[in-house]
This record gives sequence, structure tokens and C-alpha cells, in this order.
Amino acid sequence: MRLRRVISDRLWVGFTFAAVAIAIVPLVSILADVAYQGIAAMNVDFFTMLPPPPCPPNSVCTPGGLGDAIQGTVILVALSSAIGIPIGIISGIYVSEYGKNRYGSSVRFLGDVLAGIPSIVTGVLVYLLVVVPLRGYSVTAGSIALGSMMIPIVSNTSAEALKSVPNSIREASHALGIRKWRTSLLVAAHAKRAIATASLLAVARITGETAPLLLTAATSQLWFSGFGEPIASLTFYIYFYGTSAYGNWKALAWGAALILIVIVLGINVGVRIITRGKGAYSS
Amino acid sequence: MKTSRADVLFRYVTIAVASVVVGLFVVYFVELVSGSSLTLSEGFVFITSSIWTDVAFGVYPMLWGSLVTSAIALCIGVPISVGVAIFLSEISKGRLRSTLGFLVEMLAAVPSVVYGLWGLFILTPILSTYVYPVLEQYVGFLPIFSCPDTFVPCYFYGVSVMTAGVVLAIMIIPIVAAISRDALMAVPNSQREAAYALGATRSEAINMSVLSYARSGIIAAIFLGFARAFGETMAVVMLIGNERVVSTSLLHPGYTLASLIANEFSEASSPVAVSALIEAGLVLLVVAFMTSFIGRLMIRRFLRSREAASYL
Repeated sequence: MRLRRVISDRLWVGFTFAAVAIAIVPLVSILADVAYQGIAAMNVDFFTMLPPPPCPPNSVCTPGGLGDAIQGTVILVALSSAIGIPIGIISGIYVSEYGKNRYGSSVRFLGDVLAGIPSIVTGVLVYLLVVVPLRGYSVTAGSIALGSMMIPIVSNTSAEALKSVPNSIREASHALGIRKWRTSLLVAAHAKRAIATASLLAVARITGETAPLLLTAATSQLWFSGFGEPIASLTFYIYFYGTSAYGNWKALAWGAALILIVIVLGINVGVRIITRGKGAYSS
Repeated sequence: MKTSRADVLFRYVTIAVASVVVGLFVVYFVELVSGSSLTLSEGFVFITSSIWTDVAFGVYPMLWGSLVTSAIALCIGVPISVGVAIFLSEISKGRLRSTLGFLVEMLAAVPSVVYGLWGLFILTPILSTYVYPVLEQYVGFLPIFSCPDTFVPCYFYGVSVMTAGVVLAIMIIPIVAAISRDALMAVPNSQREAAYALGATRSEAINMSVLSYARSGIIAAIFLGFARAFGETMAVVMLIGNERVVSTSLLHPGYTLASLIANEFSEASSPVAVSALIEAGLVLLVVAFMTSFIGRLMIRRFLRSREAASYL
């Protein structure tokens, strides 16, 4: 009887360990394959040239790269951050400093629910709100789509960061006769590190988005030519070239995946290293 | 303390900005309903019909595909996620816990289009060479693994409902595991100590008192995992084959609501076709909103009851 219980205990622990192993194997495989195939596609042309024509077997391939997509991703992410981060942080200040009421907690709750809405639906929404009135896919529409996805994420994570600032800071500020609004900004300044990391993680999250861009910004085969014009992105080419039938296009898709993974995991690992061992409210 | 005009102004500015979150929410529903008015007036035919032409629109095959791929994702992903959560909260500690926890979180950071690329070139060949033939041979008598004889096996190209479901299972692991772990960590230690005091082993303590205590938190995690799988687009559009069929066999290609929108939006020729695709988006929105809402509500309730319990 006792032995049976010991064995079942070991089996149970073994099962949980196996579950962790099963979860981590795909991650390792993805990183290894993207690194292996992606590095093979890397060269100077990849960063500086426009996409090449498809190259069927037994034909001479013209060189090309994804310079336009790298440029497009940088522009889209920068613009959407400019929309999403400020709105998100101010909304977070409301939730944390003024929102100890029903409305504040519903903003927080709806933020969580909004973050769970499929990103393709965000694409449909921005198509209706921006693409239809402007009569065409554009950088602006793509940035609004990605920016609106950032708002609830940044709002809730920065509210979390602000809430963990000790109350003694607020009390000290009040005691010095500093007005409430300046106190809020002081609290925000106190949590600036945590807010910055939260914003960076939101940037990492939207850099990898594809679905909303299909309905808002994609695509063009040219360099950036204005905010009212469509633009390519790294994620779009991973989809478009990855599902194509041509070897040279597939190679470019792996290259794009490598750059994307380096950016996204780089931000995540960087944030992790910076925040390690820090106190609760600076992390 | 005196409230200055600047104070009032600042407060209203923050309220106005925070209302963007609430406003977005309302705008989603209003815009998608009005954007799909051309086909919404047709009523429930939209979700019960399988006919999709230039004039008639029925998303039954896609709704079926979305539900089946999500169900596969849950069947495979939830046991693994709960195992991961138990390992992280009950069994490991210190460095091992934080390192493995971080690695599982990183699964959530990988962009979904990269899952699609990896699934297409690495996982699909493995599944269609080593797994699907075995499934067909030994459990092929089950309708879900049947593969009627044709010129080539139905899994020849590898893209199928099953392939999409397997990749979705990997994609929901981080979210289901993270929320389940939080639920397990919220279980008060007195609960574990009580089980140990009765002479329980670690596994018995986890089974008897920890899991049952955290049950509603884990169910909430499953709801959120479903919402994630149901709305996932890029990985699925690359792996499911995008065929408008209702097949009981999981080894056949299929289609989902999200992949329908991604695949056909740019080619939609008429206003009514666009309206139909927007209505597909509305169905996605409603289902994802409801499951996400219920899941979040359960988490909130769970954490509140835990807070109340900790004062006892």
C-alpha cells in the first residue's frame, strides 16, 4: 500500500515534469529552426534591397531583400507606439490614482477583455473606421490598428505599476501641500521604470502582429512613400512568402522571421535581465 | 485639502483618456453590426448554411472549423498547461522555477505568424510522415481519424484541421499555464498543510486539496485559452488548408472564421461579400468577447474570494 502511494506520487511528479518538457520542446525547435534557416538568408541585400521577383527552379535569380518591410515595420511600430503608449499610460494613471470606483474598475476589467479580442477583428474595425473613409490601405490605418491594440495592454500594465508605488509617496506629497495632479505625476515618475518596461513589452507584442495589417496597411512592393500609402511589413512577408512556392521567397520569409524573433525575444529577455532582483514597484 | 482648477482639469483629462478603452469597446460592436448590415438582415442562415458564393453566404463550415480546432487545442493543451502550472507552483522552486516559468512565457512572445511558418515547414512534415499514417492505420476506424482511399492519402499535403489544432495547443499553453499557476499560488498554505497533516503524499495533497480549491481559476484559464484559440488567425490560415468543407475527419483540410477573413478580405469583390466577411468578424467578436468576459469574471471572483478567505 505504501509503495503504491510512493509510486503514484513519483508518476504524478513525472507527469508534470513531462508537461514542462513538452511545452519547451516547440520553443527550442522554433528558435533553432528560425536561427538556422534565417541566418542562411542573411546578407547585405536583405536589408537594403526591394523584394526580388520569384525565382522558379533552373532559372537565374535576381538578388533582392526585404528593405521595404524592415522600413515598414519600423514606421508602423513607431507610429502605433506614439498613439498607444501615451493614451495607455494616462488611462493607467486614471485607473490607479482616480479609479477607486465602479468606473475605474470597469475600465480595468474591459481592458483585460479587450486584450482578449482577436487581432483580426481589430483589423476589421479599423478597415471600417479608417480604410473605407480614406479609400485605401495606408500606413495611417495600420498604425491606428496596432496602436488601438496597445492601449488596453499599456493601460492595465501601467496601472499595475502605479498601484505598487507605496502609499507613503502619495502621503508625503500631500503633506507637502503638493496638488493631487502633480502628486499623480510624481507617482508616475516614481514608477517610470516599470511603465517603460510595460510599454516595451507592448511594443514587442505588436511588432509580431500580422492579421490586422492584412486589412489595413498591406501591402506595397515599394519604399515608404507617404502616410496615406500602403506599406509592407516583416510579418506580412513571412505569411506571403512563407506560403509561396518559390525557394528564394521562402528563404526571405525565414530571414524576416529571424529578424522578428531577435527583436521580440530580445525585448523580452532584455526586460527580464533589467528587472531581475529589483524591488516590487521598480520591476 | 483645497482642490484647484488644475486638479479638476487633470482628473477630467485622465477620465476622458481612460474612456477610450470603454469607447473602443462600444465602437467594436456598433461598427461591426453596421458594417455587416447587408448580410446581417438575412438572419441565422449565415451560420447554418454551408453555401458560400458571390451572392449567398453561409459560414457553417468555418464556424465548425473554428470550434473543432479550438477543441483539439484544448484537449491537447489543457492537460499540458495544468501539468506545467502544477510543476511551477507546487514542485519546483527558486532558480529552476523562474527559469522554466520564463521559458514557458516566451512561448507567448513568439509571433503567431512565426508559429505558422514553423508549423508549415517543420511540424507538418513530421506529423504527416510519422503521426498521421499511424493514426489512420490503428484508429482509422474512428470517423475523426478516417481517411477514405483516394489517389493520395488525405494527409498528403499535411495541412489539416489536426495540424492547425496541434499548433493552437502549443500557442494556448502559456496563457492557460500562467493563469492556472496564479490560481494554484493563490491557494492558502493551510490547505496544503491540512492534507499533509492527514498523511497525504505530495500528489495526494495536490489532488485532494490544492486542485479542487483552485478549480474555478483553472476553468477560467480554459475559457481564456478557448478565446485565444478561437480567434487565432495567422498560424491557422497557414496550416489548415483553407477548404470550405465540413468533414468529421480531423486529417482533412478545413477553414475557420478568422482564416476566412484573412484569406479572402483582399479579394472580396462586392459590397455584400465584404459585409459577409465583416459579419464573420462579428461572430468572432461575440464568441471571443463572451468567453473572455466569463473567464475574466471568474478570475476576479476567484481572487476576491481568496482575499476574503485570507482574513479568516
